Amino acid sequence: MVIRRGLDIVTTPLPEQLVRLRTLAAVLGFSALGTAANAQSVDLTGAGATFPYPIYSKWFSDYATTAGVRINYQSIGSGGGIRQLSEQTVDFGASDAPMSDAELAKAKGGKVLHFPTVLGAVVVTYNLAEATKALRLSGAVLGDIFLGKITKWNDSRIAALNVGVALPAKDILVVHRSDGSGTSFIFTDYLTAASTAWAAGPGKGKEVQWPVGLGGKGNEGVAGQVRQIAGSIGYVELAYARQNKLAYAELQNASGAFVAPTIEAITEAAAAAAKTLEKDTDYRVSIVNAPGKKAYPISSFTWLLVYEKMSDPAKAKKIADFLKYALSEGQRSAPALDYAPLPSSVAKQLQKRVAALASGR
Amino acid sequence: MPSTSLHGASAGDRIYRFATTAFALSIPLLLVLLGVEVAVAAWPALKAFKFSFLTSSDWDAVNGVFGAAPAIYGTIVSSALALVIATPLAIGVAIFLSEFAPAWLRQPVAFFVDLLAAIPSVVYGLWGIFVLVPLLREHVMPFLADRLHLGNTPFFSGPAYGPSMLAAGLILAIMVLPYISSVTREVLMAVPRAQREAALALGATRWEMIRGAVLPYASSGIMGGVILGLGRALGETMAVTMVIGNRHEISASLFAPGYTMASLIANEFSEATNDMHLSALMGVGAVLLAITLVVNIIARWLVWRVQRQARA
Repeated sequence: MVIRRGLDIVTTPLPEQLVRLRTLAAVLGFSALGTAANAQSVDLTGAGATFPYPIYSKWFSDYATTAGVRINYQSIGSGGGIRQLSEQTVDFGASDAPMSDAELAKAKGGKVLHFPTVLGAVVVTYNLAEATKALRLSGAVLGDIFLGKITKWNDSRIAALNVGVALPAKDILVVHRSDGSGTSFIFTDYLTAASTAWAAGPGKGKEVQWPVGLGGKGNEGVAGQVRQIAGSIGYVELAYARQNKLAYAELQNASGAFVAPTIEAITEAAAAAAKTLEKDTDYRVSIVNAPGKKAYPISSFTWLLVYEKMSDPAKAKKIADFLKYALSEGQRSAPALDYAPLPSSVAKQLQKRVAALASGR
Repeated sequence: MPSTSLHGASAGDRIYRFATTAFALSIPLLLVLLGVEVAVAAWPALKAFKFSFLTSSDWDAVNGVFGAAPAIYGTIVSSALALVIATPLAIGVAIFLSEFAPAWLRQPVAFFVDLLAAIPSVVYGLWGIFVLVPLLREHVMPFLADRLHLGNTPFFSGPAYGPSMLAAGLILAIMVLPYISSVTREVLMAVPRAQREAALALGATRWEMIRGAVLPYASSGIMGGVILGLGRALGETMAVTMVIGNRHEISASLFAPGYTMASLIANEFSEATNDMHLSALMGVGAVLLAITLVVNIIARWLVWRVQRQARA
């Protein structure tokens, strides 16, 4: 029932102890063979987002097995990750929202590069026994629901999108996240893009001033309320919704099609958005409300943050090597953990950036 | 009392004395440093928003406007509610255990009451989400509002969602109960036998003996237990965050969702990157620290007054 994402790693195919053993073996093997350059196994430390933690920890354990590089990651939240990177107390950061220009300017180690690693999505979940099939919503309607302007389920604007569904005259209860989170950022980023009324009001952020509703702590807090209260609506990250089999809405995307949140639809959103990117993009881009008929509109990159020039060349190489792995082999383990892999075009572009990073200009 | 003079003391004694003094002073020093650090970090926000930081209900991280009034209100109201519910219960439990319970029942019941204090607060929170909140929404709140017709009063009005100030107060009451009851029990047990025998000898019934001779004697200790509970309630974070509804709004209704200072910090700190936002959260921490200090000072004063009256 209440499964926190952090625990999901336990269910990944590789038993943890085995990984540890193999890691140990790899490390020992390394030092035994011990060419002078390789003997120093440089450990990397990182901190940041909790949202991609399950896939990151799988990557780190797999990578430790294959490459013998141990990476220590603390999932303390995007804000903490950015702060620690800025203070240079970690080798890399991770965030669900791109760093702002002001935050970039404060980074003590020089220029920070953003590397998208996987894609996540946010789904709109609801508790409406009367809805016999997936509810359909548009950005404008969703915005007005979360603004408290649409208060009844049988509102004519919801009914217009759901012909043939007998909507009850129940009150809508909005449930949102109370804790600052990337999930809220992505959701409000979408509302800001798709609803002019929302853009003029609360805007986007990890914490916004919600006009109506209850705040639940974490995905489980929101999902718990939605499951209990008839007539409620909330938002949770895709993986949580899928693993707990929550009802979710089909959303109208920028091309006017109604799309369910599937792994393919999310990768599609990134592929469609990538076409509009400039050649020298820094990847601090939002892909919500992406064009493309099959694109799911509330999708987002999650980023690893690294300094362009690191003082320790050995560490720089290790990070570059890890990124290479994450952007190629690593992508394959994404769907099993309910993350969408990057479109291959984007992954290829990023590999070029990694190569530049490795050369340590 | 040992003499404060060290004349003639050996070097070992001096060193020992110096070391223990340093240890003793390090605690107040730590508290002062903590206060200073928090105040320094909070200063930009307090300077920018001045009194509106304490009086405004606007908490908007996107536009950088911060007013912590709902959280301050919520902390005080939820803690007060918890004490109102828990204190009579806890004293009742303690009186039963120390005065009425047969010996074979005393230890097991006391053990289970104390065990309440050992439950991690996140477990209370989960229990709150899955048991207490649905119970409130489906049974208690409709009963209060409709059966008892309290729905017309401002305190029990509005829709019954479940997560609310009432839920927070109840869960806090359960959490502070063992603290109050445990201290009260010890204090009651410590009341001298002569005190009771004197009352009984005057022809008092058992209840009159407890009310007239035992409770007054123990009152300052009981007050101490209540303060301990209050300290716990003011600072409790996780369980409250999970059931209070986390809404920046002051409402007289106990059915309405609210916020507390500790919840606000726990919810937003990890993802706050903007300087003013961080400073505002530190400001909330500073206010919480100040309120805790003031409450404790008032409580100490009350204890002191009760003790003085008891002696007089």
